Amino acid sequence: MRSAWLSGLSFLLLSTLVGAGLLVAARFLRVRPRAENVLKTRTYECGETPEGSAWMQFHARYYVVALFFVLFDVEAVFLFPWAVALRELGVQGFIAAVSFVAVLMLGWLYAIRKDALRWQ
Amino acid sequence: MNALAHGASYGALIILTLLTTVAMGVWFERKFAGRMQSRLGPTMVGPVGLLQSVADVVKLLNKEDIIPRDADRGLFTLAPVLAALLSLGAAAVVPFSSTVVAADLDIGVIWVVALGGLTVIATFAAGWSSNNKFALLGAMRGIAQSVSYGVPLVLSVLVPVILAGTMSLSGIVAWQTRHHWFALWPVIPGLPALGLFFLAMLAESNRIPFDIPEAESELVAGVTTEYTGAKFVLFYMAEYVHTLVGSAVASVLFLGGWDGPIAPGLHWMVAKTLALFVAVYWVRWSLLRYRSDQLMALCWRRLTPLGVGLVLLASAWALFAPGGPA
Repeated sequence: MRSAWLSGLSFLLLSTLVGAGLLVAARFLRVRPRAENVLKTRTYECGETPEGSAWMQFHARYYVVALFFVLFDVEAVFLFPWAVALRELGVQGFIAAVSFVAVLMLGWLYAIRKDALRWQ
Repeated sequence: MNALAHGASYGALIILTLLTTVAMGVWFERKFAGRMQSRLGPTMVGPVGLLQSVADVVKLLNKEDIIPRDADRGLFTLAPVLAALLSLGAAAVVPFSSTVVAADLDIGVIWVVALGGLTVIATFAAGWSSNNKFALLGAMRGIAQSVSYGVPLVLSVLVPVILAGTMSLSGIVAWQTRHHWFALWPVIPGLPALGLFFLAMLAESNRIPFDIPEAESELVAGVTTEYTGAKFVLFYMAEYVHTLVGSAVASVLFLGGWDGPIAPGLHWMVAKTLALFVAVYWVRWSLLRYRSDQLMALCWRRLTPLGVGLVLLASAWALFAPGGPA
């Protein structure tokens, strides 16, 4: 199985090469601009002069989404090994998973009742 | 060393096939969309416009590469390479037939889900480094969307893992070859799980009705607003490759992969993948875009509990089905 990981590694290296190679190739292919223009490299804002930086604060609802994602993704991380070993764990493992998911879904229900997942 | 060479040779084969398919897929999509809207689509370049994608790529590679003055230059260049790497890399573990697979990992499912999920990093890098409001808004919406839909995606992927009892993609296909395709039997966790996977895949690869990060009527071009030339090509390509690999994974997980009568396995796998790929474009040109908040509500209030329910049903089936989980 270790050899499969090496194959995966060389696949990833090859994939990187596609992206990087295309950028390098384009460097040589590209038609050069005749003159630099200050306006050309200005941030695009529909032709208006850009107002301030785009690096700004964001709505807190994104934070809630991130929290929920962590919650459910960790759940999935726990469920993967359980899913593979399910037949060996038998009924006991099934009951354990059901109670685990039930606790999680209680939290989900709370969030729904609090309207935490409704974007307005 | 042998394994490295195996990965590189099969990798080159698979990546070239994917890129060619994507180029033809773009042509096909434009023809398909044209016919759906009673127009012709591309006709000028080559016979029936077949070489349109080639012409587009050559044109884009000739374009001037503009990096905005206020952008983070390193990250701005890194983002498209990362997008291409992650979308192509997911194909490493996909078995196109019982022998054509670059890296037959025993946790192939995790590999696919992980690389698919990591594409948000590329989206965020692009949006943040552009220092452009449209790009950043598109990126933030896109991340919220991809991250949210990652949850039903993972839950739907768990269904075949539970039924087959393995995380290896070729193991899952082998199980379906011995028993039934998961989309057909057991119908109840199988078919809805395929539907859930398909929806989540549309959202993860930013396809209509879930193409919020691009939303050209609201956000100019979303994360790709500041990108030109070769870097834009990479983003565009990554999006199509993501959809294509997603279709391939869906056929492996739910439609029996290379399993099928008469024709060789590879043909079946290609046919199933392309059928799903076309379905994505069928949806794309039939439906309208969802609003950002509708999208989140659909994911968290409907799809997530549905996914949890399917996982529990699948495990109940695997344990208690009469006569074993066949």
